[in-house]
Amino acid sequence: MKKQVREFEAGMMKTEIPDFKSGDTIRVSVRIVEGEKERVQHFEGVCIRRRGGGMRETFTVRRESYGVGMERIFPMHSPRVESIEVLRKGKVRRSKLYYLRSLRGKRARIAELKETPGAKSLKQPPESTDETSQEPSPGE
Amino acid sequence: MSLGLLGKKIGMSQIFDEDGRVVPVTLIEAGPCPILQKKEKSKDGYDALQIGFDPKPKRLTNKPEMGRFTKSNVSPVRYMREIRIQDVSKYEVGQVLDVEVFKKGEKVDVTGISKGRGFAGTVKRHHTSRGPESHGSMYHRGPGSMGGSADPSRVFKGKALPGHMGNARCTTLNLQVGKTDKEKNLLVLRGSVPGHMNSYLIIRKRPKVG
Repeated sequence: MKKQVREFEAGMMKTEIPDFKSGDTIRVSVRIVEGEKERVQHFEGVCIRRRGGGMRETFTVRRESYGVGMERIFPMHSPRVESIEVLRKGKVRRSKLYYLRSLRGKRARIAELKETPGAKSLKQPPESTDETSQEPSPGE
Repeated sequence: MSLGLLGKKIGMSQIFDEDGRVVPVTLIEAGPCPILQKKEKSKDGYDALQIGFDPKPKRLTNKPEMGRFTKSNVSPVRYMREIRIQDVSKYEVGQVLDVEVFKKGEKVDVTGISKGRGFAGTVKRHHTSRGPESHGSMYHRGPGSMGGSADPSRVFKGKALPGHMGNARCTTLNLQVGKTDKEKNLLVLRGSVPGHMNSYLIIRKRPKVG
């Protein structure tokens, strides 16, 4: 993309977008205009796709309500999308979760991504490695 | 017959309108365009402004070319075109037109050279329908029947046939100005314009009808 296009888009793009990816459960606050009135509606579900870059980026949120699957595609930088809230990080192995469309109920669950103590200790200096690796959390 | 500018296609992007809908836009580097010459009805038979765009270094300008730039006291440019207008008396040679000549919401026409498609078949070039792909069909993307036989013994003029497509002058009418930025010489138009990136464009205001 040309520099001038990037500059043009930079002025209109949102700066505060939470860090989320496919598999995460998110709540999107959408501004809805009904005639004169304006209200905010929430759409909660699993993000199954993020695509495009810059101003063109969109994401798809899927949810199941009353047994019917429902997907909405939101432009990331749309003024209609008021806020995005990450409710739960999901552990998934691909970036496009289209396979969820053919699954229902318990099979359509996504495991929660937890900060594993083992992975953490790799990053940190091996100062208290023994403790963290043996005892994952003090509550257990 | 109305004022215009020369420009260069930067690329496309998108914006959101007041209702939050996505609108495709084309970014154009428009102007600054120095006026090189004024054509007047009394002298030249028609009224027009000769304007330039895209400065080039003197070392790339040959002597005969340099002569015309020194005459109008303008630094050399790469692209020059005439814009037919109604009244040239308001403008002076050497005056620089910039993107401010267009206002937000105004309608413009954009002329450019369309992207070249090479030797294209009738499906692409004339939007004829294609034949079946399989089931023993041996007719896929052909041009179809050429017409009658002994009568008329010829192919009618205008028959859709393969040939060179694109790379021709072409104008897109009625594009709305979305935004102008004088500092960056940026013109934002709703919709698309002919040509590839960095191709030269002529942007004119819509002639007044009636």
